[in-house]
Amino acid sequence: MATREPGDHAAFAEKFNRDEARVNWHDETLWTVRKRRDLRAGQLPEWEALRSKASMIKDHTLSNLHDYWVQFEKNAIANGARVHWAADATEHNIIVHDILKTNGVAKMVKSKSMLTEECHLNEYLQDNGIDVVDSDLGERILQLADERPTHIVMPSIHIKKEEIGELFHQHLGTPKGMSDPQFLTETARHHLRDVFLTRSAALTGVNFAIAETGEFVVCTNEGNADMGAHLADVHIASVGIEKIIPQRKHLGVFLRLLARSATGQFITTYSSHFSVPRKGKEIHIVIVDNGRSRQLAREDFRNALKCIKCGACMNTCPVYRRSGGYSYNYTISGPIGSILAPNLDMADHKDLPFASTLCGSCTNVCPVKIDIHQQLYKWRQVIVAEGHAENKKKLAMKAMSGILSSPSLFKMAAKGFSWVSGILPVAVKNKFNAWYHQREMPEVKKETFTAWYKRNHKE
Amino acid sequence: MSSRDHMLGLMAKNQPALLPLEETKLEVISYKDPVRQFAETLTAIGGKAIMVKDFSEIKMRIREEFDTTKRIVTTIPEFSDLAEMFSASVLPHSFENTELTLLHTDFAVAENGAVWITEDIMGQRILPFICQHLAVIVYADNILPTMQEAYERIASRRYGFGSFIAGPSKTADIEQALVLGAHGPRTMTVFTLNV
Ligand code: SF4
Repeated sequence: MATREPGDHAAFAEKFNRDEARVNWHDETLWTVRKRRDLRAGQLPEWEALRSKASMIKDHTLSNLHDYWVQFEKNAIANGARVHWAADATEHNIIVHDILKTNGVAKMVKSKSMLTEECHLNEYLQDNGIDVVDSDLGERILQLADERPTHIVMPSIHIKKEEIGELFHQHLGTPKGMSDPQFLTETARHHLRDVFLTRSAALTGVNFAIAETGEFVVCTNEGNADMGAHLADVHIASVGIEKIIPQRKHLGVFLRLLARSATGQFITTYSSHFSVPRKGKEIHIVIVDNGRSRQLAREDFRNALKCIKCGACMNTCPVYRRSGGYSYNYTISGPIGSILAPNLDMADHKDLPFASTLCGSCTNVCPVKIDIHQQLYKWRQVIVAEGHAENKKKLAMKAMSGILSSPSLFKMAAKGFSWVSGILPVAVKNKFNAWYHQREMPEVKKETFTAWYKRNHKE
Repeated sequence: MSSRDHMLGLMAKNQPALLPLEETKLEVISYKDPVRQFAETLTAIGGKAIMVKDFSEIKMRIREEFDTTKRIVTTIPEFSDLAEMFSASVLPHSFENTELTLLHTDFAVAENGAVWITEDIMGQRILPFICQHLAVIVYADNILPTMQEAYERIASRRYGFGSFIAGPSKTADIEQALVLGAHGPRTMTVFTLNV
């Protein structure tokens, strides 16, 4: 599924919405995760101060990105790692392939890395005769199903256990009809242990690269990054240029926020700090731009690069929860995907900034305080100004602009005051907002959008 | 131009004017009883906290809790009567059949149930990951409240590899159903030495 299917968010969402029971299940599962996040955030009196600090560190880092990467490279090399630079996805894939070729590796194990998804590394390596096995359980499931992740933290959140049972039956020989998560996980454990023990190269993502020390940190719950890296002769770590932080002690801010925001855990089971390769072994760090420096130049949009990929904005998003990850048709879905994708190709992803109610919930939960909903709104303006929007979207945007330009109204909407449900859904649930078609919502007003708009906005 | 110079050039050109890095220290949560908080947190994430008074009590508890007929590996010489001392020179793969790995830790963290283990006390990096069960010994006065204090403790110490480990390996990738024992240990026990 490397190539994008034709269609826009509304059309994909409409497809997803045909199965009401599944939509409700998807919605509720993610809402449960969102509530766990709230519980954890509420337990720390310093939560807001932590968010501010994380945001400040990231703002600062982006303003000094050049120097920090120079510093990182110097320290990583001093640690004994090898550093590679990849301007785009193609170069990243070539570098990884070259490292494998040089080491005579034909089989590689990989832990979760959205960057390699973005680069379509698996397809590239497979085309070049390299066998790649994804070791994160969710990603392994997707690999067997030949599907892409629909969520950056919970990649297979859209698949039901019965479907996984069937996949495992076909590929791993479990009994037909067996769908018990414990049983299936145990099967995967045995299957992947064999993989870990027989692969001489392991690729991992990177959650944080530390300029001060040249080390990098990889967070997992399953332990798959560690199982892969500590058994392999060659460890390749792919890292986007936005993943750097200045100092080691800043991890004391980010590691407190990441898992709490992502899944409502206190911390991931493993937060592994890689500095020096094992004796006689190799660590290769591949630093990737692939459009990020372009985003850095865009004043209105650069701070999307502060993202630590926690997924909280997706779990809280009413559109994501009810339209599913595939409706975004981009590696990273949800609100954050919607502000990252247009940077890569505005025309191709012009639908994404419209896949939002602009309720602002994403901004409220973001641990690094990215102004996500404001960026969505700004992208809409850019997309319209550059002539990429169709008429219905222009109208929908005008309506949103009405809400946004009235600060008190917007504030109420974001906070979800009950009377606003009499206004906001009218703006949201109208024939111009195509993703909304099959959404069950109480009828609130027998008033057309245009009438409401005119009444509220006497221009 | 090399990709390196090209990429660094773009960063220099496109990054905004320098913003400050404020060094103010956060006022973080404090716990009346960090040892108890640690035990509670570890239990909540699927681990087991056991208070002990000395090594012989740990040995007793290990005999109770684990199958000592199977392979037990440690880096702590005091436990060589109960466990096999790790070897730095063998292939990491050879630890595949390890039932229990027993290590000690410099410190643990009350807010999240994590222990900090660096390569020098890990023996081989694979040891705390490849075993079926993991047990770690920490001194009660080395239980710190939060990650802020944890990184103050680590400061600029050098290590080849280090990891915060919080509880057994786990996954919820099948319909968000929590399953302990994904790829790493199925259980994690922390012996807290109260001396
Ligand atoms: S934008 Fe914020 S909330 Fe969304 S994934 Fe990134 S860090 Fe998390």
